[in-house]
Amino acid sequence: MTTSVRKSRKNSKSQLTQFLGFLALRLSVYLVLFVLIYFLYDVLSHGSKVISWEFLSQAPRKGMTEGGIFPAIFGTFLVTLITAAVSVPLGMAAAIYLNEYARAGRLTRLIRLSIRNLAGVPSVVYGLFGVILFVNLLKLGTSVLSAGLTLALLTLPWTITASEEALKTVPDSYREGALALGATRWQMIRTNVLPYSIPGMLTGAILGLARAAGETAPIMFTGVAFYLPFLPASLKDQFMALPYHLYVMATQHHSLDRAKSLAYRTSLVLIVFVILFNLTAVIIRSRLRRKWKN
Amino acid sequence: MKRQSKIKKHQNPVARLLTAGLSLILLAVFLVSPASAQRKMVQIKGSDTMVNLVQILAEEYMDKNPGTALAVVGGGSGTGLTAIINGTCDLANHSRDWKKSELDLAYEKGVRPRIFAIAVDALSIVVNEKNPIDTLTMAQVGSIFRGEIKNWKVLGGPDGKISLYGRQSNSGTYSFLQEHVLNNKNYSPEVKEMNGNAQIIEAVTQDAAGIGYVGVGYVYDEQGQLRKGIKVLKIKKDENSPEYSPLDKDAVYSAKYAISRPLYQSTNGKPSAAVSQFLQFELSPEGQAIVEREGFFRIGKDLIEQNEKNLR
Amino acid sequence: MRSVKKKGILGDLRESFIHRLFQASGMLAILILAGILALLLYTSVPAFKEIGFKEFLTSTRWDPTSPEKPEYGFLSMLASTVMITIGAMIIAFPLGVAVASYLSDVASPRVREIVKPIVELLAAIPSVVVGFIGLNLVGPSLARIFNLSNGLNALNGSLLLAIMALPTIISISEDSLNAVPAAYSEASLALGANVWQTLIKVKIPAAASGIIASLMLGMGRAMGETMTVLMATGNARAFPHGFLQSVRTLTANIAIELGEVPFFSTHYYALFALGLVLFLITFFINLSADVILEKQKRKLQ
Repeated sequence: MTTSVRKSRKNSKSQLTQFLGFLALRLSVYLVLFVLIYFLYDVLSHGSKVISWEFLSQAPRKGMTEGGIFPAIFGTFLVTLITAAVSVPLGMAAAIYLNEYARAGRLTRLIRLSIRNLAGVPSVVYGLFGVILFVNLLKLGTSVLSAGLTLALLTLPWTITASEEALKTVPDSYREGALALGATRWQMIRTNVLPYSIPGMLTGAILGLARAAGETAPIMFTGVAFYLPFLPASLKDQFMALPYHLYVMATQHHSLDRAKSLAYRTSLVLIVFVILFNLTAVIIRSRLRRKWKN
Repeated sequence: MKRQSKIKKHQNPVARLLTAGLSLILLAVFLVSPASAQRKMVQIKGSDTMVNLVQILAEEYMDKNPGTALAVVGGGSGTGLTAIINGTCDLANHSRDWKKSELDLAYEKGVRPRIFAIAVDALSIVVNEKNPIDTLTMAQVGSIFRGEIKNWKVLGGPDGKISLYGRQSNSGTYSFLQEHVLNNKNYSPEVKEMNGNAQIIEAVTQDAAGIGYVGVGYVYDEQGQLRKGIKVLKIKKDENSPEYSPLDKDAVYSAKYAISRPLYQSTNGKPSAAVSQFLQFELSPEGQAIVEREGFFRIGKDLIEQNEKNLR
Repeated sequence: MRSVKKKGILGDLRESFIHRLFQASGMLAILILAGILALLLYTSVPAFKEIGFKEFLTSTRWDPTSPEKPEYGFLSMLASTVMITIGAMIIAFPLGVAVASYLSDVASPRVREIVKPIVELLAAIPSVVVGFIGLNLVGPSLARIFNLSNGLNALNGSLLLAIMALPTIISISEDSLNAVPAAYSEASLALGANVWQTLIKVKIPAAASGIIASLMLGMGRAMGETMTVLMATGNARAFPHGFLQSVRTLTANIAIELGEVPFFSTHYYALFALGLVLFLITFFINLSADVILEKQKRKLQ
């Protein structure tokens, strides 16, 4: 162990250094908190002035200068549902494999490496991949299905990681007990592991989905639209979405004065949406932690 | 025994998960219904300059013709023409002509475009209202956007770097300006490429040294008044010509304003009944009145004749 | 416990089938990663054939629609991406390590319970919202402070990317600091050092590789950001010549142009070539960070 710690003869000097050092650290934390609060305050103050039920439940009218953003809320909800339907089961299955079946070895390490790397792939590259694979090759066209599948790929690393962590919290004694009684591996997982880990898995899934709901680049070329007079009624339809709606309002909309206030309100809705997702996950997680402590 | 009750209690989440999964699948099956209202929608894509205008036309058309459905999306003229070539839209808005390369690609793919002019735009050069300059020649505008003139003082303004705002390469306005004012030369690499007309207006409003180009409909606010914060420059064809403003209706109609252009819509071959009906609405006196109300200009006689021919 | 092992071959087959099923989903990750690389490569090849490596890699001009001379050079965009990322790291790295140190060594458990969720909240803000705030709040403020005519520049981008990369840097640095064996700090404190000295002279050096890894992962995150830079940096094509100038990153360029390219034209393939470049850069950054973290894990065990 390398240490160059001197016996503190100059007690007061080192105390002063510590005080200043801690102060610097504290200031950094305050800076970060300040930035977050300032950002949220900006969105909140500009966006909450005229937020109303009408805004949330109606479609845009008159060239998007009036009405609300309901189709975008619906579209985001729908695409997130599709993402969940694909990403959560696959993520759980992959996590079960990694934690319950896989033996340490090159293959397993490769799998984990791939997962970590997939987490770092830029979202626009997922968008490009989605265009080649889903829109063109599989001929799904620009649709909520293509977009949902693209987002599912994006969230997969997160659902796998979170599910694996949930599985790890189940004590090995549960597994050993079942196996000792003669259960097969799958039976053991089904009765002694899954029931305890599913809440944790769902927490992770929710956090991953919150991220998917806020993504713009992957859906921009795989199915989202600026304005549709109808809600999507089939998986092959296009859809409106909150993050893309915000982008358009902020940069392309023709009626700037109205657009800015609409954009702020859309941001607020998007942020609240994401915060609610995260809050749900955090609450479930802390409830779980308390249960385990007991 | 205690173990058993614990298991029973926790098997519920598994059951719940299964039912959630099943309902998701049912939902998915329900959603895969091929007969969707969206399928029968007329998809209109393209020019950002035109998106507002066409959207309002579409909304008024849909109000008057219940049961019709039109979706209007922006993306730039290039995006619209690409969509017609790729078969991903029914009607393309574009504020510039088809490029030869695009026509070649279209013919290659068996697409035969029919072009309709639905309005006329007077491309406006805007600066910040604090800018003392009122008039520029076409040549000067070209030099500015090519990056040859870099400082306002060369033009008689204050000493300061010219801050350029433009569109992206998918924009018809970008291409039109490049062809007709920049003489097909490259833009300055310093042009900040904004995502739409609105962003250019906003940027120039906040930037005292800014200059940008927008479709004339964008210089008016919602009440039809000239926007505060910007100044629309008068343009001279050359040093010795008189200057005209794009806000001067007569100048535009008599082609005296130097940078005006038709705004087009294209279809693949003869327009379908739904598209044709909408086109006819746009070209009707009612539609053209809306065009004027939004700040653009009606089409002239020769364009009307061309349109009639293409409708048949 | 309800049933015992199902008897016979059928039961074994069933178990084996389930095993393979799960194995397949595990392998999916490798498949997807390889698939992305493969499809990007496959779709980029026509671009390199038609444009040539020389132009693509050495030209600073990207102007596919130029009437004079279409050119596909990625250097300016690469430089812009790198510049904004470095700027972001200069801001985010010290700040992130400081916050991580605070959380691991200074904060009481209660404070930690409050600050950690707040940092996670920062991570949860969608990139389009950050871009929007950059456009409307940060940009104009920058313009005022530096007396510029507008705030659409590389500095704006760097500030926003710093905010987005902070949670990554904080969480991984904190994990690394927490992974330093208690024995190290205990020994240091026993020898008479205070907490600060222990932190600076013992813990941080011991966690150094993890902290470096956090920097790399933060860099990867910043480089891959699209919407934020698309909205806040002005997207000028010029080779960057200053933080107060407008720049155009690789990611923003793809987002701008992908919507307008006719499928399977040279321009289309060229955009995928840009995507390939992005993928390779972030892949190598993430791989290196991975290797470093693995080494640290092994060293500290």
